[in-house]
Parts: sequence; structure tokens; C-alpha cells
Amino acid sequence: MSEMHAESVAYVRDTMLPPAAPPNQQLGALRWLRVNLFSGWFNTVLTLLGLGIIWFLFDHFWPWLSHSVWKADSVQECREIIAARYGEGATGGCFGVIRERWHQYLFGFYPRAEYWRPLMTLGLLFIAITPVLFSVNPAIRRWVLAVTGLITLLLMGVAEVPDWAVLLMWALIGTALLLGEYAPQRLLIFTLFYPVVGVWFLWGGSLWFPLMLLAGFGVGYLATRLVPPRHAGLALPAGIAAALIWWLFLAGPVAGLLGDLAPARLRVIDSNEFGGFLLAMVIGVSGIAMSLPLGIVLALARRSDMFLIHVFAVIFIEFIRGVPLITLLFVASLLLNYFLPPGTNFDIILRVIIMVTIFAAAYMAEVIRGGLAALPRGQFEAADALGLNYWQAQRLIVLPQALKISIPGIVGTFIGMFKDTTLVGLIGLFDPLKGISDFVRSNFAWKGIYWEPFIFVGAIFFVICFSMSRYSMYLERRLSREHR
Amino acid sequence: MSDLTASYATDTPHLPGMSDEIAIEIRDMNKWYGDFHVLRDIDLTVRRGERIVIAGPSGSGKSTLIRCINRLEEHQAGQIVVDGIELTSDIKNIDKVRSEVGMVFQHFNLFPHLTVLENCTLAPIWVRKVPKRQAEDTAMQYLEKVRIPEQANKYPGQLSGGQQQRVAIARSLCMEPKIMLFDEPTSALDPEMIKEVLDTMIELAETGMTMLCVTHEMGFAQAVADRVIFMDQGQIVEQNSPQEFFNNPKSDRTKLFLSQILGH
Repeated sequence: MSEMHAESVAYVRDTMLPPAAPPNQQLGALRWLRVNLFSGWFNTVLTLLGLGIIWFLFDHFWPWLSHSVWKADSVQECREIIAARYGEGATGGCFGVIRERWHQYLFGFYPRAEYWRPLMTLGLLFIAITPVLFSVNPAIRRWVLAVTGLITLLLMGVAEVPDWAVLLMWALIGTALLLGEYAPQRLLIFTLFYPVVGVWFLWGGSLWFPLMLLAGFGVGYLATRLVPPRHAGLALPAGIAAALIWWLFLAGPVAGLLGDLAPARLRVIDSNEFGGFLLAMVIGVSGIAMSLPLGIVLALARRSDMFLIHVFAVIFIEFIRGVPLITLLFVASLLLNYFLPPGTNFDIILRVIIMVTIFAAAYMAEVIRGGLAALPRGQFEAADALGLNYWQAQRLIVLPQALKISIPGIVGTFIGMFKDTTLVGLIGLFDPLKGISDFVRSNFAWKGIYWEPFIFVGAIFFVICFSMSRYSMYLERRLSREHR
Repeated sequence: MSDLTASYATDTPHLPGMSDEIAIEIRDMNKWYGDFHVLRDIDLTVRRGERIVIAGPSGSGKSTLIRCINRLEEHQAGQIVVDGIELTSDIKNIDKVRSEVGMVFQHFNLFPHLTVLENCTLAPIWVRKVPKRQAEDTAMQYLEKVRIPEQANKYPGQLSGGQQQRVAIARSLCMEPKIMLFDEPTSALDPEMIKEVLDTMIELAETGMTMLCVTHEMGFAQAVADRVIFMDQGQIVEQNSPQEFFNNPKSDRTKLFLSQILGH
């Protein structure tokens, strides 16, 4: 510009410049190294320090890992083998304990002959959640269904379940793949019934009982439809009342009657036979599935204009968040029995699930409230101005955007909650980390074995939590691409 | 104030599309934000088909006034009757009024997670219970009217400001409202895009829609308005036909305002 000004102030461009290619960039590994690792003396020192630390860790850990012994029946035998192979004083991992006790880490004290039931439940869980999690892209859905199906079949092979169960699983996975291809909506219907199937497979008993519990929702819905339109305000209370009456007085007898007519029974498994990752998954998955809707309701309640609802939500959230989870678990395991009428035996896993759910929901509510607060006020106003009522505005405009903003926080809460399921070890349940490991170590052969179970359990937790984290990143990417 | 309204009603000639039916009636309306008296003794009658431009310095309460008409803001005293329905805290009445009154905002307020077409069909489907296909047909008609049917499947974030504002107008029209409110519809736009939005609004005015526009576009006011209302400090200071308003302003405050916005 300055040169032009030197000639004359007036200037008219007579040709527009065409876009030009950018100057050549230096490429290659050397350039990458220089830019990212050795860009200055400080960065170079940090790089060398980092390499040193990595080497130090590897140097200490690798001999131990490479001296691992997988075939041994006791810690003593492991030590002897290592001493014989690598000389006196050598250390090594003793993964024989995993080889011998893997089934307890996975299933707790669930009867061995019934391992097909939790595995079937796991396989069906994949089939139930895949169409929900991957509703948009059929290629990814197909891939996830296939991979999770193979994982289930692999586990079935390891657990030596009966052939007919494996064949059934093959058939189910095949059906799911076909439906996922041509009618993904149908798979969602299965998702609706999954809780019933899952509960029945895991705890056994009569199929009719969980089915009748689910039917309560249908009864409630029917009742809302039967209310004449001029009393529309009564529809919701009528529905709730009908469902409660059904659950309290009718569901049991009807289930019993149907059970007599068409028995569909599995051997009953008691809750204290559950343990290991089976227990962690049951608590974690139920908690995740229930804490999200509860958290949404609490977040909306906290922002409500209605004073009582607002105050209730604030007290609930602040109280639950202000108390350590372990306190709630102790309440679930000990105190609750004092409050309940004598003689009621309220399943311990159910009690724990309820406590974990409300604990996670309180955190969830605050995460989602952050998302709600981040929405510009104009969105609420536009929804109002178009005549949408409160629930329509929340469901169609506010929540889709607020939840999208809160995805990292929501998934973070899920991951934290799933790891917190190990705390049930402190109230006497057999969680994989402490409960089962303590039990394994109580046997003289495995006395004093710490690292190997931790590594095994940690690796499984890592795989599950890392998958959740990756999913959240995928979802964020997908939504940001869609919405811009 | 009532003098002005009364004289106006008899003096102005009837313009095409305007009837004697009353669309909006506001009587002795007052509003406060805490202790701050934002709107003071507002009296305003809008007939069906009338096009009104509301002008005034910022902070004069003009946006608040039109936001009271669909109850985005609540008034504390006086009466607002829209299309025969009085606005009270009754939620049913509020929703009914809102579904009859369209609103276009300064910052468009399109729903970023929905496509242009979904933005336009959402309210008809959920509020009016129109079948989806029919709602889409209507939406396409209005998108054609605002001249962006080809953007129907894009997301709002992919459009320019002017295009977004035209979508916002189409979205409101899809509810087939009886009254349209415009809250500074061109204030957030680049200069080059203002014209396309104003053209759309002029076309809409020609269809006989009842319109209340808060705007600083005085050219638009001269071309379209049946009446210009000038507000200051929460009060209606002057209202008149655009010719009189611009050529022969009565109050000193109006003269000052006009000299400042037209002076350069």
C-alpha cells in the first residue's frame, strides 16, 4: 500500500487476483520432530526428560511382565518356576491366578452351569443399545453389532456354555444384523423389552413376573387414554394411579396365574451369588440407564419457576451431592431395613442400584443444568413465540441442544459412576476389585497376590470406560457435523 | 395520548386490506423491571391489516412493548387484548395468542439443530397438529415466497444472516398468523443483506398482514407504514402517518430524534 501511496492516492484495481496455491510446506518426519519435540532448548529438555521417564518405567516393569507365569496353581509354584527359569532373585508376574479364577472375576458365585444366562444378557444388551447409540449410520451399526456379537460368542466359548445357547446367540446376532439393515425401528422395540428379558435371565424365576411389571406402564398409558378429553388434566394422575394399583395388587396374582397356565421358569439365582464384573455391569448399566432421565428431570426442576419444585430439586441435589456415595451405600445395606416394614426383604442389588442412580442423577442434573444455562435465551423465546408449550419446547428445542452441549460431562459422570460400582465391595458385595480379590486371596494358594488381579480388573475397566469415552467423542463429532 | 389515538382513527384514510376490526387493543398498560418503570400508560389500538412502525431511541421501551403483545414480557397493570383474547397469566390463553401472533427477532433465533425445513414445520406439526406432509408443503410455499426454497435441507448455521432472517420470517408465516411482530429484524445484518429482508417484509405488507415493526429503517417506514409510533422513556410520544411524522414532526423529542438519524 505504501508504495502505491507514494505514486498517487487514487487507485483502482483493474484485474481481480485469482486465488493462488499456498507456498510449499516442508513435510516429513524430521520436520514433525523438530516442530513438536525439539523446537527450542526448553522443549528439547522436556522431551529428553519424558523419554527418560518412559525408559525408567519400562525398564522396571518389563522384566516382571516378561517373566510372567500363566500355568501355576499357587503363588509358591509361580515363584519356584520363575526362580528356575530366570535365576534366583528374579521377579515375575503370576497370572496363573487369572487362569484359575477368571470366572469368579467375571461372574462372582453365579452357578457355572448357568453362565450362558449372563452372557446371553450381555449379548442382548449389545443388541438393545446399538440401534439407540448408532441410530444414524447403518455401516457403523452393522460393524458394532458384528464386533460385539463376536465378543459375546468368544466369551461363550471361553465360559464353555452349552452348544444350544451358542447357536441361539448366533441366531439372535444374525437376526439383529438383518433387522439393523432393513428395519432398525424393530430393534428399538426389542430395546423396550430388554430390561424384562435381562432381569429374567439374570435372576431367573417366572418370566411372567417382570413382564407383568412392564405391563404396568401399558396399564398406566391405557388409563390416560380412557380419560375423556374434557378432563384432560386428570389423565396423568389417572395413569399413575392405575399403574400403581396394577403393580401393588394385580401384577403378582396375574403373573402367578399365567405362570400356572404357561410356565416359563428359570432356576432362581439369589442376589448374593452375583459378583465380579457381572455385578459391576448390572449396577452400572441400570444406573446409567436410569440416572440420565432422572438427571434431566432434576435439572429441569431446578430451573423451574414453581417454587416448591425448585426447592425440592435444590435440596435433593445438594444433599445427595454433599454426601459420599459410600454413605448412601451403607444406608442401602443397613439403615434401610430399619425404615422398611419388618419382614420385607428388599433385594440388596436393587437397593444399591437405587442409591447409585440417585447419586449419579444428582451430578447429572448439575451437568445438564450447565448445558441448559449455555443455551441462548433467544431459543426459549423463539419456542415460546411459536406457541410451543413447556414440555414441547423442552423436548424439541431445549433438551436436544442442552444435552449435546453436556455430552462430555454426561459421559464423564457415567464413567465415574461405573468405576464407583467397585465401592459396593465395602458393604459386603463381591465387586471385582476388592470383593472378589479378597476372596481369592483368602485361599492359601493365592495368599499375597495383589498386582496381577489389579492389572486384570483394571484392564477390563479400562476397555469399558475407554469405549464410553470414544463413543462420546464420536457423538460430539457427529452432532457438530450435523448441526454446524 | 388518547387524543392522538382518537384523532388518528377518524383522520386517516382507509388503506386497502385494512378493516375496522380490531386486532390488538392495549389500554393503560404499565410495566416495571423491578423499580424501573419501562412502559408507562400505553394506549394503542391496532386494526386488522394495519402496518405500524415503532421507532425511538434505544431504551425507550419499544421492544418491550411488542414483546408484551405475545407475552414474552409480562405487564403489571392495564389490559392487552389480542385478537379478542385478553392476556392474563392463564397459560392456555397465552399459548392461543402466541400461535396466532408470529414474531421475528433481531438475532433470528432459528433452531440450530434443525434444518431450515424442520424449523418451519415444527410448530405447525406440534401446535397446530398439521400432518407432516402437509406442513412440509406449506413450509416450501413460504420458503419460496421468501426466495430460499433451495436451502430447505441445510442447517441455519450454513446460511448468511439475511437468509437466516428470511427463514425466520417463513417459519413464523408457516403458523399462518394473524399478526406479525418484528423486533429490529435488520439490526444484526450486514448492510448488503438488509435490503433482501426489507423486500420480504414489504411483500408481506402488501398481502394485508397486520404488522408491528420495531425498526430503525426509516425508508421502510415511509414506504410501508400506515402509522409511525415514536416512543421515548417508556411512553408513546407521538404517532402519526409517515408523511406527517417525517415532514412535520410535532414534539421536540421527535424532531431531535429525526435530525439525529436522518441528519447524515
